[in-house]
Amino acid sequence: MNVPAAWYLVLAAVLFGIGAFGFLTRRSALIMFMCVELMLNAVNLTFVTFSRTLSDISGQAIVFFVMVVAAAEVTVGLGIVVSVFRRRSSTSVDELSELKG
Amino acid sequence: MIAAAYAVPSILVFVTSALLIVVGAIGVIAVKNPVHAALCLIMTLFGVAVAFVAQSADFLAAVQIIVYAGAIVVLFLFVIMFLGVDRREHVNFEPLVGQRAFAGVGVVLTIGGLVTLMARSHWVTGAVSVTTPLSSGNANVKELGDAVFTTYLFAFEATAALLIIAVVGAVLLARRERSVQSEEVAP
Repeated sequence: MNVPAAWYLVLAAVLFGIGAFGFLTRRSALIMFMCVELMLNAVNLTFVTFSRTLSDISGQAIVFFVMVVAAAEVTVGLGIVVSVFRRRSSTSVDELSELKG
Repeated sequence: MIAAAYAVPSILVFVTSALLIVVGAIGVIAVKNPVHAALCLIMTLFGVAVAFVAQSADFLAAVQIIVYAGAIVVLFLFVIMFLGVDRREHVNFEPLVGQRAFAGVGVVLTIGGLVTLMARSHWVTGAVSVTTPLSSGNANVKELGDAVFTTYLFAFEATAALLIIAVVGAVLLARRERSVQSEEVAP
């Protein structure tokens, strides 16, 4: 018999917490993007766990779409980081305190 | 003894994936070098893939490795090395006083509340699907394909448009502009 769903749900909650903590404390835009990936993975893990427990394939289909959106988000986000780095020579988000380029 | 109720292999798989996930995630937020953080991120992604396989989401596990570890992290590494930001960051500098403590308290409250809520509501609620339990292996790919191309067909087409928009937007953002260089203001 497989381990209960609760174990995976707690693991996903811990992963989400670690990602959120990193997102709140680190200042490099690249690391912050990685922390967003951690949080997205935690949510994916939750979806798959519910999908297994409820025998419903919809959870896995939604994880599929989350992955697509994450890929698009990283593409655009890293494009923004590159263009910010060209102007500021830094990826620290503290230096982006004003909206004008 | 709680361990006696479940098969030893599934417990071992869970412990392996949990170790990979937690150690990798702590590595992402703790190491100073962005390249090392990206490598730790790969470790976490492999752990999540192990958890996917253990829960009969075989196709998603493969996609996790191919898309996340293969494409997204490589994109991260490419940008890190392209920008040359692989030098160390001062992790201990706090622009806001007590930022780290506030973040820690907020995160602990969030996780604690979440776990408490889930524990009080018997973890998983809702109607179990009336069809047969999810199968693994090739049948998982077939089930997922059936769902994506029938029930979620509109969303699937929308993601195609989203990916096109993202690619065009990334090219537009990362393109080097020639005329604006002269009026650039020093920060």
